[in-house]
Amino acid sequence: MLEIKNLKFERDNKKILNNINLNIDDNKFIVITGPNGSGKSTLAKIIMGIEKQDSGEVIFENKDITDLSINERAEVGISFAFQQPVKFKGITVYDMLKLAASKNISKDEACSILSRVGLCALEYIDREINSSLSGGELKRIEIATVISREARLSIFDEPEAGIDLWSFNNLIKEFKKMRKEIKGTTIIISHQERILEIADEVILLKDGKINKIGKKEDIVGCVFENNCTLKVGDKNE
Amino acid sequence: MNNTDIKLLKEIAGINGKIKGAYNIRRNGKGIERQVTDNINIVTKKDKPGIDIYVKEDTQNETVYIPVIITSGGIDDTVYNDFYIGKNAKVTIIAGCGIQNDVDERARHEGIHTFYLEEGSQTKYVEKHYGTGEGTGDKVLNPITEIYSKKGSNMEIETVQIKGVDSSIRETKAVLEDDTMLSISEKIMTHGKQYAKTIFDVELNGKNARTHVVSRAVAVEDSIQEFESRVEGNNLSYGHVECDAIIKDSGKVTAVPAIIANNVEANLIHEATIGKIAGEQLLKLMTLGLNEKKAEEQIIAGFLK
Repeated sequence: MLEIKNLKFERDNKKILNNINLNIDDNKFIVITGPNGSGKSTLAKIIMGIEKQDSGEVIFENKDITDLSINERAEVGISFAFQQPVKFKGITVYDMLKLAASKNISKDEACSILSRVGLCALEYIDREINSSLSGGELKRIEIATVISREARLSIFDEPEAGIDLWSFNNLIKEFKKMRKEIKGTTIIISHQERILEIADEVILLKDGKINKIGKKEDIVGCVFENNCTLKVGDKNE
Repeated sequence: MNNTDIKLLKEIAGINGKIKGAYNIRRNGKGIERQVTDNINIVTKKDKPGIDIYVKEDTQNETVYIPVIITSGGIDDTVYNDFYIGKNAKVTIIAGCGIQNDVDERARHEGIHTFYLEEGSQTKYVEKHYGTGEGTGDKVLNPITEIYSKKGSNMEIETVQIKGVDSSIRETKAVLEDDTMLSISEKIMTHGKQYAKTIFDVELNGKNARTHVVSRAVAVEDSIQEFESRVEGNNLSYGHVECDAIIKDSGKVTAVPAIIANNVEANLIHEATIGKIAGEQLLKLMTLGLNEKKAEEQIIAGFLK
């Protein structure tokens, strides 16, 4: 469903992404991991259209979306949860969930989405998405906006960053549920071993290249090693 | 009343059909309709244009409407309205001024409102400014609000000015005694070459006097806005002023804060933020499928909601 061809992205003479080629099938739960600065978030942002690559193509469901804007990519079925949730003065949680769902959902429906990310919904539904919410609350609301889109490709950029342990357990449950019930593909950028565990495939990025693709157990040992032995499934070598 | 009157009254005061409760409607410098109730009396001033509004003590949850409409250019109207809110009364006052100017002469309204709040009273004051019309004559509104709050009284002010007013200077002065609260929420959006200035001057004289001012402004195209506030803490008191402005195109906003603590127990805060719409906000809404223009509209609508 998603194909990335010869993707390159360079800034300040640093090759952030160095010729990435990747094929992701439908209904897969994919985790992209790797050391800091390996290019994970940049790759996720390029898929959503938030960053523009220097060269290469992005194909989504057999359609070349390389030149589509962010909102056009949202319309064709891609959604994105930001690593740092954005705050808005005056826009409530309910407003945001309605915008995300692209329809006039009821408060009950909005509440049930919020409860999936461990928020006691009635307390939150009419609150503004501003600094009065804690980092963890904002993060969970951000994830809820992506859940409510029910997109065919959902991308989460480090969903575990900034949330407490209790919420994290709920988050894992929610990801497991998404994996089981929702049709479509999920890509999660993560360092978290427990998220790696539920992945169909883990993609290890290092120095802007795909270093390895496999199951969690094949990957974890490689993340912090400098010379990981490559096995079958490596795409860029 | 003709259709223009009805349209303006609906826009500024939400009046749609028969009004329940006390009211006084002023059109083009003259009172045209009035109604009083057992608890609320409205009396025409003898020495100058305007009315005195008397709310009896212990009045509960009544509303007074005092809208002003101007339906022509060439009118220069100044009105003095004094409000006497009785002890422990709880009242809502819906004010506002709507101008329809279809000619090339200026239409101007200056509403000078003074509130005398007795002990334990609770007043909500809602004021909306609106201008429309095909003429090139400026629509000018300069309201002045003065508030004298006695012990235990509480006042909440909501002012809104969205589009249509070419020039406005809004001045609010308040003197607060013990255990009082004054909260003000102001929303202004200016377009074209419009100019809007807001001045807040609050003296926190009493013990536990509190004020909370929130101003949200959007200045687009070539419009200019100025925000000046001065909160003086003269006792154990709390003041919080929050000025947020979004600028777009060649819009300009100046925020001049002054917080003056004359007592070691005064706790005063001023926050001011001016800037264009944050790029990350646009990005977030675009990931939900909104194009840039719609995302921007959504952000501004939320900001001024």
